[in-house]
Amino acid sequence: MTRLRLLPILLIFLLAPVIKAQVQEEEVPSDDPVIEQRLQNLSKELRCLQCQNQTLADSPAGLAADLRREIRIQMKAGKSDKEIIAFLTQRYGDFILYKPRVTYTTYLLWFGPFILLLGGLYLLFHYIKQRRDLITEKPLSADEHRRAEELLGSLPGKETT
Amino acid sequence: MLRYLIPLVIFVVLAVFLAIGLTRDPHELKSVLINKPAPTFRVPQLNASDKMISNEDMRGKVWLLNVWASWCVACREEHPYLIEYAKSGVVPIYGLNYKDRREDALATLDELGDPYTVSAVDLDGRVGIDFGVYGAPETYVIDQGGTIRFKYVGPMMPDVWKEKILPVVQELNRGTAK
Repeated sequence: MTRLRLLPILLIFLLAPVIKAQVQEEEVPSDDPVIEQRLQNLSKELRCLQCQNQTLADSPAGLAADLRREIRIQMKAGKSDKEIIAFLTQRYGDFILYKPRVTYTTYLLWFGPFILLLGGLYLLFHYIKQRRDLITEKPLSADEHRRAEELLGSLPGKETT
Repeated sequence: MLRYLIPLVIFVVLAVFLAIGLTRDPHELKSVLINKPAPTFRVPQLNASDKMISNEDMRGKVWLLNVWASWCVACREEHPYLIEYAKSGVVPIYGLNYKDRREDALATLDELGDPYTVSAVDLDGRVGIDFGVYGAPETYVIDQGGTIRFKYVGPMMPDVWKEKILPVVQELNRGTAK
């Protein structure tokens, strides 16, 4: 048993020489605090294409570091956030934006919840109205009055006339 | 009747949506560069670092750009097939050696063979950014005028080659013959 458990560890050591690393330049923060702050804000709204569920700000992936470096360079060159976003979407598409743009493909995404909300409100009012109709007292008609009297009169232990 | 029908309709609609969702690969992103001019690059060649290569050099022919690296495991998977495709002579394959050490890249080609007409060196991944590369291997089909016509993400196995890449290449090559 113990020998079997050692096998994966052994395999890692055997494979180690095969595994090669990606060339990754060390990430150098800009010496301009304004740029770093702008990068922080902007990269929180951008998706890391490699990890997909992480923002560009959080992602440790090589591609994310490359894109942050590219954004720093462009900010230093005086590009606005808008221009940088345009640069990125031209290459990676709208998917890089965490906040999807309002286009015809995203209408359902943006407005679907409101449609659901309206539908829910309608059902709720409908239900409440129905309940209220059930509860509210309606005056008895003469005929109903007579029948009620009859029923009450026939109750045992309650003698009338 | 309605009280049973409404949940059933909701269930069916949800099931259809989710079923479609299951067949899609969230990692496969549609490239926005399809039918757009390929980004220009001018970088050193892998085999001869003193020589440069630019996409202008390939103008007038249909070519493939295959993004690869020695550290990329899926690239090793497609490598023997790349050699076959290159041998068939249907279309030249140019490599983009992505964020790789030169010695690692050359060692890999020594070991597995070199399917590339030329490999361009993208050491810092800057060319990759222009092409919208988000994970090697990726393969682009580029036409005579330098326009990207197709992109495939992932190892280019024989079924992909036959069903997706070859038809596009042949269609484009027919365009030149006219």
